Amino acid sequence: MVKRPDRIVTGAHYGLKDWLVQRVSAVLMAVYIIMLMAIVFISAPQDYMAWKTIFNNQWMRIATFLFLVSLYWHAWIGVRNVLMDYVHATAIRLTLQILVILSLLFYLVWSAEILWS
Amino acid sequence: MEAKLQNKRPKYLNLLRIRQPLPAVISILHRLTGVLLFFPGIPLLLCTLQLMLGSQDGYEKLQTFLLNPVVKVGLLLLLWFLFHHLCAGIRYLALDLHYGITLSQARASSKLVLAMGIILTILFGLVIW
Repeated sequence: MVKRPDRIVTGAHYGLKDWLVQRVSAVLMAVYIIMLMAIVFISAPQDYMAWKTIFNNQWMRIATFLFLVSLYWHAWIGVRNVLMDYVHATAIRLTLQILVILSLLFYLVWSAEILWS
Repeated sequence: MEAKLQNKRPKYLNLLRIRQPLPAVISILHRLTGVLLFFPGIPLLLCTLQLMLGSQDGYEKLQTFLLNPVVKVGLLLLLWFLFHHLCAGIRYLALDLHYGITLSQARASSKLVLAMGIILTILFGLVIW
C-alpha cells in the first residue's frame, strides 16, 4: 500500500499566497508613505499639537494602523524566507520563527496603544 | 573521462571571490536592508511614534535626542535602508509585470535603484539637518 501524498511538490502554487501578500502589502505601504509625505508637506507641522492633530483624525489612525499591519505581515514573510534560507537546524529555526511572530504580535498591540491612547 | 571532469569542479563557491553583477548586489542589499528594517527598524519606529505622539514632554525629548549628530547619522543610515529597500522593491514589482527584463534594462535599472536610494537619503538629510 503506497499512501499518496496530499501535496504534490511542484506546480500547485502553494507559495502563491505569501508571494501575493508580500506584493500587495508593499504597494499599500508605498501608497501610505506617499500620502503621509503629502500631508506633512501641506500642513507642515511644527510642534507637538500639530502632529497630534494629524494623528487624532480617526481616518489617519486607521490608515496608519493598516500601514503597520502591512509592515508586520510583510516583515514576517521576508524574515521567514531569510530564516528558511540560512538556518537549517529545525529546532533553532522554529525557535527564531516563534520569536519573530511573538515580537510582531507585540508590535501590533503596541501600535494600537500608541495610536488610540 | 566523466570522473575526471567531475574532479575538476569546484568544491564550493566562495561568494567573496566571485565578482557579483550589479543586479545581484542590489538583490542582496534588498534582503540585508529588509532584515535591518525589521530589527532595529520596527522597534525604533514605534519608539519614535510613541515619543512623538505620547506627550509634549516626550516630543521635546525626541527633539533634543535628534539634535545629537550621532543620532542623525543613525537616522540617515536607517533612511537609506528604507529608500534602497523601497526602490529595489519597486524594481522587482516592475520585473514581475515583465517591465525591464532584458539584460541591458536590468543593469540600467539596478544602477538607477542604487542611485535613487542614495539621492533620496541625501535629499532627506538636507531637509532634516
